[in-house]
Amino acid sequence: MSLLQVENASRHFGSLIAVNNVSLTVEPGELRAVIGPNGAGKTTFFNLISGFFPPTSGRIVFDGNDITALSAHQRVAMGMSRTFQITEIFPELTVRENLRIPVEVAAGLRLSMWRPKNKDGLVRARIDELMEMGNLTSKADRMVGELPHGDQRATEIMMSLALNPRLLLLDEPTAGMGDQETYDITRLIRRLHQDHKLTIVLIEHDMRVIFHLADRIMVLAEGSILSEGTPDDIAKDEKVQAAYLGTTA
Amino acid sequence: MSPMQKYGPNAVVWLLLLTMPFWMGAVGGYTELATRVVVLGLAAMSLNFLLGYTGVLSFGHAAYFGLGAYGAAMTIKYIYPSTPLAILIGVLTGTLAAVIIGALIVRLRGVYFAMVTIAFGQVFYFITFRWNDVTGGDDGLTGWSRSPLDLGFTQIDILHDDKAFYYLALLLFGVAVGIMALLLRSPFGRTLLAIRENERRALFLGIPVNTHIWMSFVISCCFAALAGTLFALLNNFTDPRALYWGQSGNFVIMAVLGGMRSFWGPLIGAAIFVVLQDYVSSHTQNWMSFVGVFFMMVVLFFPRGVLGIIKRRAVQ
Repeated sequence: MSLLQVENASRHFGSLIAVNNVSLTVEPGELRAVIGPNGAGKTTFFNLISGFFPPTSGRIVFDGNDITALSAHQRVAMGMSRTFQITEIFPELTVRENLRIPVEVAAGLRLSMWRPKNKDGLVRARIDELMEMGNLTSKADRMVGELPHGDQRATEIMMSLALNPRLLLLDEPTAGMGDQETYDITRLIRRLHQDHKLTIVLIEHDMRVIFHLADRIMVLAEGSILSEGTPDDIAKDEKVQAAYLGTTA
Repeated sequence: MSPMQKYGPNAVVWLLLLTMPFWMGAVGGYTELATRVVVLGLAAMSLNFLLGYTGVLSFGHAAYFGLGAYGAAMTIKYIYPSTPLAILIGVLTGTLAAVIIGALIVRLRGVYFAMVTIAFGQVFYFITFRWNDVTGGDDGLTGWSRSPLDLGFTQIDILHDDKAFYYLALLLFGVAVGIMALLLRSPFGRTLLAIRENERRALFLGIPVNTHIWMSFVISCCFAALAGTLFALLNNFTDPRALYWGQSGNFVIMAVLGGMRSFWGPLIGAAIFVVLQDYVSSHTQNWMSFVGVFFMMVVLFFPRGVLGIIKRRAVQ
């Protein structure tokens, strides 16, 4: 069974049609890229999947359950987590504190009103494990807001991972990064996909990153699907080239 | 962090609070003034649970403070002259109102939330103002007084012994503040911090933000109501000004003045406010303009409040 099925999703903002009748099926273990020129509706499409706002029409099915009407936090509880184009973290908290919050939520402790002595060890161990994975251990007690962009991004990805998701949505994970940082984040995503068998959908602008990572690519333009296929198919697709170069096909 | 840094500030605060009635006279105050610091400090710290640690501004906390005050006063006057019962009913009244009103307004954010909390506060203000027969209207509710505490084996005369009432207030203050401190160290408390720091991130970490803000609002109002009951018992009197939005503003001023990012900040703010009010108002009616100038200076030059200045000094 597919992990994620988006069926004919549309989203209108007044007279603007940001996403127009887009369908997407993602199989377990797949790494799917969504690309497209600026304003193609990629982030809006992500917001529909993650529940930031509901689609105007269409249906979203996650792991066999219709989640179209569920709120964002309910989708997280079902195993879907995301990062944002502009990094969303808790800048005035340390790396450890940033990670502690999702780890505790994942451990079912969000309503726990006292310090849970019996689970504290597990929580700490999980935080250490995540910091290790994101190469953040040496910065554990630094305020995240003071760290370089790449480390902030790694923190955000690790926070999403702390929730033990079955589907991870990454919105332009390498946006605004230098070559070394891009390389590090790409390697991190690749490890999550290959070693942890995580299903990932990512929006990306950097073609090197996409061709390095993606199993399949969906191309959006002006809110609609322009093309879909393997990286090689997409590279040869004339419609896609035209959309990026701005000429009409 | 050394144990001195970790426990030092708490030890100093508790030492000062425990001994306050004994040195208050020496610095020109009196026991009732000390009690007022503790009671209004509790109200400001309760507000700050929501404002400083959840990032939500309520401009109507006087409503729950006042409901606590009237709940306690009316219990003694009309039902049964028992101080513990008065406190219990006062707290329940304020909390129940917060449960219902909180559920109605929790979807609002920022200035809209603040405006609606004012509006609901004013509703209660006008009810107490107009309903003369029951609330005493503008003149306030008189003709009652707190009754001695009956512990079974002995009685404590909190009515005539100012110090005894101070320590009762301090005991309840300690319980309330202790609970708030424990909550803020719990996983639930950290979800509130998460909401304050970045609401969108909190939501996408699986935290039902509205539910958690509602819970924080109810907890905050519950302790504000407790402060209200103590305020009425302290004065053996309550009037509609306890629920007036100006009173809500005073709580916000106390929290910001003392430092809303520090746990004890609002208590310091309340102490400054109460002492300044007491001292300046004995010289001029326009005491509020002095508080106002002082407040503006703090906000302009020390946005983290009085305790923020001290903390920064300590770091340097």
